[in-house]
Amino acid sequence: MKALLTVEFFYAVCGVIMAWVAGRILLGGTGPRRWGAAIFWGLLAVVFVGGKSIPPRFVGYSVLAMALLAATGRIAPSRENSTSRAERLAEADRLGNRVFWPALVIPATAVAGTLFLGRIHFGTYALLEPKQLTLVSLGLGAMLALILALRLTGASLAEPGREGSRLLQAVGWALILPQLLAALGGIFAQAGVGQIVADLVARALPAQFPLVAVAAYCVGMVLFTVIMGNAFAAFPVITLGIGLPLVVQQHHGNPAIMASIGMLSGYCGTLLTPMAANFNLVPAILLDLPDRHAVIKAQAPVAAAILVANVLLMYLCVFRF
Amino acid sequence: MIKVIGVGVVAIGFALRVNTLVVVIAAGIVTGLVSGMSFNEVVDLFGKYFVENRYMTLPVVLMLPVVGLLERHGLQERAGILIRRTRAATAGRVLLLYTAARQVSISLGVNIGGHAGAVRPLVAPMAEAAARARHGEITEASARRIRAHAAAAENVGNFFGEDIFIAVGAILLMKGFFDALKVEVSVWEMALWGIPTALVALAAMAWRARALDRHLARDAARKGSAS
Repeated sequence: MKALLTVEFFYAVCGVIMAWVAGRILLGGTGPRRWGAAIFWGLLAVVFVGGKSIPPRFVGYSVLAMALLAATGRIAPSRENSTSRAERLAEADRLGNRVFWPALVIPATAVAGTLFLGRIHFGTYALLEPKQLTLVSLGLGAMLALILALRLTGASLAEPGREGSRLLQAVGWALILPQLLAALGGIFAQAGVGQIVADLVARALPAQFPLVAVAAYCVGMVLFTVIMGNAFAAFPVITLGIGLPLVVQQHHGNPAIMASIGMLSGYCGTLLTPMAANFNLVPAILLDLPDRHAVIKAQAPVAAAILVANVLLMYLCVFRF
Repeated sequence: MIKVIGVGVVAIGFALRVNTLVVVIAAGIVTGLVSGMSFNEVVDLFGKYFVENRYMTLPVVLMLPVVGLLERHGLQERAGILIRRTRAATAGRVLLLYTAARQVSISLGVNIGGHAGAVRPLVAPMAEAAARARHGEITEASARRIRAHAAAAENVGNFFGEDIFIAVGAILLMKGFFDALKVEVSVWEMALWGIPTALVALAAMAWRARALDRHLARDAARKGSAS
């Protein structure tokens, strides 16, 4: 089914924002370094707008170029200044709690998008792309929030442009790290790295004990998720290599219980790995944490506790229900 | 066996703090080449997956302009003012409440929150303000500890509520996997068995939140006795 608001549209919006950053760098800065940064943001803009309609090889070489530019230190944070704390406090006084409204429009749109907007059709056109409801609702929410925020603050469109550009440059090349790590995970999967990990675990352990089989599956999910940065990528490999042969076939465990708790064990791995950059590294930058692994360190005790509980839970339930 | 070499490249590269993008690309190229792909095939794969995973970057890029605008107009400060009026608020309780709200909403299929859209502009400033209201001025190290835990609260709430809702990624992926192997499983059963771990995750977050509050109190007491 066709849709009026598609995820590709919002990718294109992202691309326009990136092109805007490139333009600001070119026009604003001086010196030869600005070209490197402008090319970085420009290439990224092309990839976001073009997407699947440009050949993967062009995208791949663009990614190589972006990585080289980042590695040679061309991508520096913007030197544009933001406001002082006194100015912001004055604004907080002037606007009062109304300043929350636009911020609340974003979750409100997510709720409305999931519950109602996803069902709206105009003839053969859906309002929102059904398969990408979460992302499209989020994009719509951001746009509605921006419109409301502009009206509320009386700011011109230049102001979010300037702030967005400053904040994106502060994130810098780490912005593309999640996508690049996901690509590496894809290459690992294509090369069959997971099968090797699964075989090693399955062969090395005394799996005739049910607890060992359960622990091998859960820990295997964690380890392979740490390597891939993504529990979804680990699930088929580890379930096929360890879960089904050891837990289900050898010990007659319940596959639904095994899968459910196994996937949640994989999420413990996501909490622990820098490979899951969008959850662990980019937030550290967004929150001005100088230690890039601060979020992982804060999560490690939680991940360990949940993993131990998962192994016990699976051991006690998977052979019984 | 040699295919695992890419994992080693990543581990060594991260440990030596080489630029992460370069490490990742090197690991991909090495893995591809030892698995018999040509250089251009590896580049193709990088391009294909990079485009497929644009969704990871989309929330940050779309949120930052509006979040930046609102922050200029005092959003973080206002969030702090609001929380200071709530007597019972502590940094840990703010974060625990956020995790719980995130878990409940996502288990009903609604994805609210996010690092750029909620944690940076609202949750982290509220938790920091709660700590300041209780302990006076806090050290930069304490403020950073609170912010790191705020990101953790988002991730834990996001991950360990999702598997209870049957119409989203994880459950559908598992169902598809088992269907392809002709193994009979029910989506309802899988969703049901996500609940115990979700409760464990909330309990673990409650433990961390209390530990955070205790740490902040200890920090404040030490500072108080020193001055």
